[in-house]
Amino acid sequence: MDDSSLLTALAQIYPPERLLTSPAQLAPYESDALTSFRARPKAVVIAASQAEVIQTVRMCHQLEVPFVARGSGTSLSGGSLPCPEGIVIALNRLNRILRLDPDERLAVVEPGVVNLEVSRAAAPYGLYYAPDPSSQPVCTIGGNLAFNSGGAHCLKYGMTSNHVLGLKAVLPDGEVVELGGESLESAGPDLVGLFVGSEGLFGIALEVTLRLLPKPEACKTVLAAYRSLGEAGQTVSQIVACGLLPGAIEIMDNLAIQAAEAAVQAGYPLDAQGLLVVELDGEAATVEAEFEKLLAVIRASGAYDVRVARDEADRQRIWKGRKSAFSAVGRLSPDYIVQDGVVPRGRLGEALLEIQRLSAAYDLRVANVFHAGDGNLHPLILFDGRQAGALERAEQLAGEILRMCVCFGGSITGEHGIGMEKRSFLPVMFAEADLDVMHILHRAIDPRQIANRGKMFPA
Amino acid sequence: MLTESATASRLSEIQEIVRASSRLLPRGAGSKTAMQAAQADVTLLEVADLSGMLEYQAEEFTFTALAGTPLADIERRLAENGQYLPFDPPLVGRGATLGGTVAAGLSGPGRYRYGGVRDFILGVQFVDGRGELVRAGGKVVKNAAGFDLPKLMVGSLGGLGLMVELAFKVFPRPPAYTTLRCEYASLGEALEAVTRLGRLPLEIMALELEPSPSGAALYVRLGGIPEGFAHRLDRLRLILESGNQTQMDGQTELQFWNAQREFAWADVAWALVKIAVTPRNVPALDERLATHRAARRYSAGANLAWVAWPGALGTLDHILKEIRLPALTVLGPSGQARLGRQVGATFEARVRQALDPAGKWLVL
Repeated sequence: MDDSSLLTALAQIYPPERLLTSPAQLAPYESDALTSFRARPKAVVIAASQAEVIQTVRMCHQLEVPFVARGSGTSLSGGSLPCPEGIVIALNRLNRILRLDPDERLAVVEPGVVNLEVSRAAAPYGLYYAPDPSSQPVCTIGGNLAFNSGGAHCLKYGMTSNHVLGLKAVLPDGEVVELGGESLESAGPDLVGLFVGSEGLFGIALEVTLRLLPKPEACKTVLAAYRSLGEAGQTVSQIVACGLLPGAIEIMDNLAIQAAEAAVQAGYPLDAQGLLVVELDGEAATVEAEFEKLLAVIRASGAYDVRVARDEADRQRIWKGRKSAFSAVGRLSPDYIVQDGVVPRGRLGEALLEIQRLSAAYDLRVANVFHAGDGNLHPLILFDGRQAGALERAEQLAGEILRMCVCFGGSITGEHGIGMEKRSFLPVMFAEADLDVMHILHRAIDPRQIANRGKMFPA
Repeated sequence: MLTESATASRLSEIQEIVRASSRLLPRGAGSKTAMQAAQADVTLLEVADLSGMLEYQAEEFTFTALAGTPLADIERRLAENGQYLPFDPPLVGRGATLGGTVAAGLSGPGRYRYGGVRDFILGVQFVDGRGELVRAGGKVVKNAAGFDLPKLMVGSLGGLGLMVELAFKVFPRPPAYTTLRCEYASLGEALEAVTRLGRLPLEIMALELEPSPSGAALYVRLGGIPEGFAHRLDRLRLILESGNQTQMDGQTELQFWNAQREFAWADVAWALVKIAVTPRNVPALDERLATHRAARRYSAGANLAWVAWPGALGTLDHILKEIRLPALTVLGPSGQARLGRQVGATFEARVRQALDPAGKWLVL
């Protein structure tokens, strides 16, 4: 396909102001939140309707042009990295909440709707959308769906997949399908479950039916500071062992605390080596009683400073610190890589020690922020990309961490997805026969391999 | 429970059978009578002997077990550690296995609070149509690597492969339960109570509706620390606006919910059908069901209808297609498992064709 016929075909669908082709226009789309990867697409189209998306996908299929769907570009795994021989379909303008039905507790939204907007729209009815990736003020539902995004509250509430009831999608060959529905239940294979988390390889979701939940009546959040990261980790096991089901259990290490505190003044104790954040949510009376139980565990756990969030504003401040930790770490270092491996919760301590050892061996600083309740690590590997070989060293260190996660019986990704970044590690986690079945399925849905080409599977 | 080596040799035996057969259907305990082969030319792959929990560490909130493991065994082990499968899998008393529950995609009353079987499955190992052993998903509570084949297996009715091993997430079981039963003069009023409750920040574990000729009864189940119940129940009573309320506790309460999971209310001579609904669909459905004198319950906050159907299933299928609801026959005559509306049929066909090009697995 030569460029000029591609552009001519696109110009039949899009007016000039929504068909971007000049280098200056394309530059913002060359990368997503994984900035170490860049690629310039042939064009970016800014779709304004579902019909345009369908038409574009059909054209791409016909001309065998790869396409990458993109929302806000917050993928940390390079999930929306453009394909140099293809186009980017920007979906931000498909941002309508088509229906919000408080009685049925659901919202039907277009893929470009921002995650937090769903909760905002549901708030007057006492409802909210539970999945809360840290990027929720900007990331879109389409991207959340494609990558089965998580967040801080997954242990109790699950990931995106647990909150998608139905969807309408255009498959890579242009077929439009509806999967699932509005009920919590279904009959037949869980096709919605298969589509969610397919990293854009199965096409583009055009409409998504999301489950809403009643906003918990009460949330109580406690911060506990420890002199070692290990102590913070052990406390997690004790909390879980006493039968509590916290909404969130997070841990930050000293480097992450320093960074977050400098960025948003969350009031974190700067000298702590491990900071534990635990949140209980539910009915006020229950939360009150369970919180006493939680505090008893924490007080006996060797925490040297325990602070309970005074009010909602204080609680928000604590979360702001945690949720801005990734970007805050950016202040400590010109570049960083975030990893997303998972280990069984019982092996968190071991995993953290191993990361410390690797950090020393590679002479690269590593900050740790993680969803401790899920065993989902987020080591941030700091490096200076201006130094020759620094990125490669950081990637090597990241790779060793991923191998460790698999070795411990965990996963190479908890919530960021494989994307571009971890595709060479998929075979570390899965055997040839496993990958073979995924390939077969992939080819059945996208025979020309045009949807988000190059992602998930090893090159 | 088989030893590791016996499991391995049984597995290669199964793989051999799969390679050599042209029409296959896995069979666990056979508790879901409607999900069996009606044809004679089908090789039944008995997997009830692939049984036993393989890994269970309570502090991880996860376990892995062979697919043929009876749920009763799993629930017993979990209970020893104060844990449970929060979706209250049905038919445990009839010997239902973990694999059968996944294949049928069945969840009981508890699915209202934390989700259904699809929300707790983490990983699967299965034998595909080529006889290959395939693993997907993981064993940890959070994982986003690769296509989510474990979820695809939920509701697959054995038609996409034979599940060998499954990994699940579990939760701590609430230390106590209490249930409030409220009577309403009409199903409409009871449904209104369901939607009202659904929007309030109440930690309701299960919410079930039982229509009757004189109206409907609503069962609201609370779980948690018993000291909190008095206050929570007072609050519920005010919200429910029903004059006739009774409270159930202890063994009576437990037995009531167990009976719900076992469908003790359904006539054994009738077929039992699950229908995916929302509260808004219920009036139209219920009216038709009442005309045909079907017994029924609405579970999971009126998201799941359980229907005991006295007549020919074809009639029910027709009704469900008309009101566009997908359904599944669980107990009763084989050969008519999927009823009503089929959603995403062409996508399903492509998935099926990809995973089983030779069409070995029987499609129920």
